[in-house]
Amino acid sequence: MIAINNVSKWYGDFQVLTDCTTRVAKGEVVVVCGPSGSGKSTLIKCVNALEPFQKGSVVVNGIAVEDTKTNLPRLRAQVGMVFQHFELFPHMTITQNLTVAQIKVLGRGKEEALDKGLKLLDRVGLKSQADKFPGQLSGGQQQRVAIARALAMDPICMLFDEPTSALDPEMINEVLDVMVQLAREGMTMMCVTHEMGFARKVAHRVIFMDQGAIVEDATKDDFFGKPHSERAQNFLAKILQH
Amino acid sequence: MGDFDFSIIAANWRFLAEGLRYTVQVTLTAMVGGILLGTLLALMRLASLWPLRWLAAAYINFFRSVPLVQVILAVYLILPLLLQFLTGRLIPIGADNSAYFTFTIFEAAYYAEIIRSGIQSIPRGQAAAGYALGFTYSQTMRLVVLPQAFRNMLPVLLTQTIVLFQDVSLVYAIGATDFFGAADKITQRDLRPVEMYTTVAVVYFVLCFALSRLVKYLQSRIAIIR
Repeated sequence: MIAINNVSKWYGDFQVLTDCTTRVAKGEVVVVCGPSGSGKSTLIKCVNALEPFQKGSVVVNGIAVEDTKTNLPRLRAQVGMVFQHFELFPHMTITQNLTVAQIKVLGRGKEEALDKGLKLLDRVGLKSQADKFPGQLSGGQQQRVAIARALAMDPICMLFDEPTSALDPEMINEVLDVMVQLAREGMTMMCVTHEMGFARKVAHRVIFMDQGAIVEDATKDDFFGKPHSERAQNFLAKILQH
Repeated sequence: MGDFDFSIIAANWRFLAEGLRYTVQVTLTAMVGGILLGTLLALMRLASLWPLRWLAAAYINFFRSVPLVQVILAVYLILPLLLQFLTGRLIPIGADNSAYFTFTIFEAAYYAEIIRSGIQSIPRGQAAAGYALGFTYSQTMRLVVLPQAFRNMLPVLLTQTIVLFQDVSLVYAIGATDFFGAADKITQRDLRPVEMYTTVAVVYFVLCFALSRLVKYLQSRIAIIR
């Protein structure tokens, strides 16, 4: 589904990604973790070309994103993305947030889009909030709406860029619950997150990054059981202490 | 002192009203045209292609560095020659029409800078979210960035428009009859400057003050809940 081949990226002279290679198969849940500044978010944004890269190739569902002939809007419409800061559109109601891209990008009718949007809103447990504005919801609620907004496009895979990092602790679980449910339904997911509990529960593979490179790419059991690299061992020891 | 004679206003109110109408027309034209052209310039200034950026910057810097009254004169004198050169015919435009054009292109430079900073005030993540949903550049701007940016900019845009409203009085330089120009012409003839200019000042004050109250009201009405 997603193939990342030898991707390197520089900001000026500073290299942020070094020769990153990995795959995400259909139905697979892959968690990307690592210390801050290790390039996890940059890597996941390369998948839908929100971040350009100078070397290598990213192929999503058979289409190379770096190819200048690729119709990026069409490709991105098939790849759901959830951001750290939710990024709901604050000038639109929840309903409008859920339907605008369905109507403008997929060309769905208003009724159909609304129907789909409300169904997904119900699914993330926020049916009663349909007519509110994003600013009237809590962070956890906003992020659940953001997930519903991405799902409304019927994506072939979902990218999560630290979806719980900006949330108060008591709101993290309501978002993770939605993600776990999604994973169990067989959605292809690539998640940048520090939530190791989530990784244990549903991840098939865990990728560990450090200083722009993929240091460890292992099955969940291998990663939590016996990580190869010393760097990953240290990281795990630190974050699993509490 | 003591012998103010305000009958001069009553006697000439029709002429003054005509002038005021012209002032309002130039203001509205330059506001709408200036904001449209200014939006285009702002987007060019933020474009990734350097020739677009350069062109917009040159335009904006040029008009912001030249006194308005000089631009009014220059356009009035040069535009007919230019049109004659292009079409081969002499097209009389007149001072009145020339001002519509001048104010639109001049104000666009100021509006452009307001709009540029308005666009830049919207977090980058908003545009990223638009692109991630499959929006094109123009959809992302139209549906996501500009609606938010204009809400943020509205007070400054209207304040600029109030300044524009007052600046229309500079058309005296080419003999067009705006509100101030009308008052000026009556004064030259009837020699009642104190009564006339006082009245004009009061009208300007009342209209501008009302506009600035409107700005405050709109600001509270369309604020985005955050």
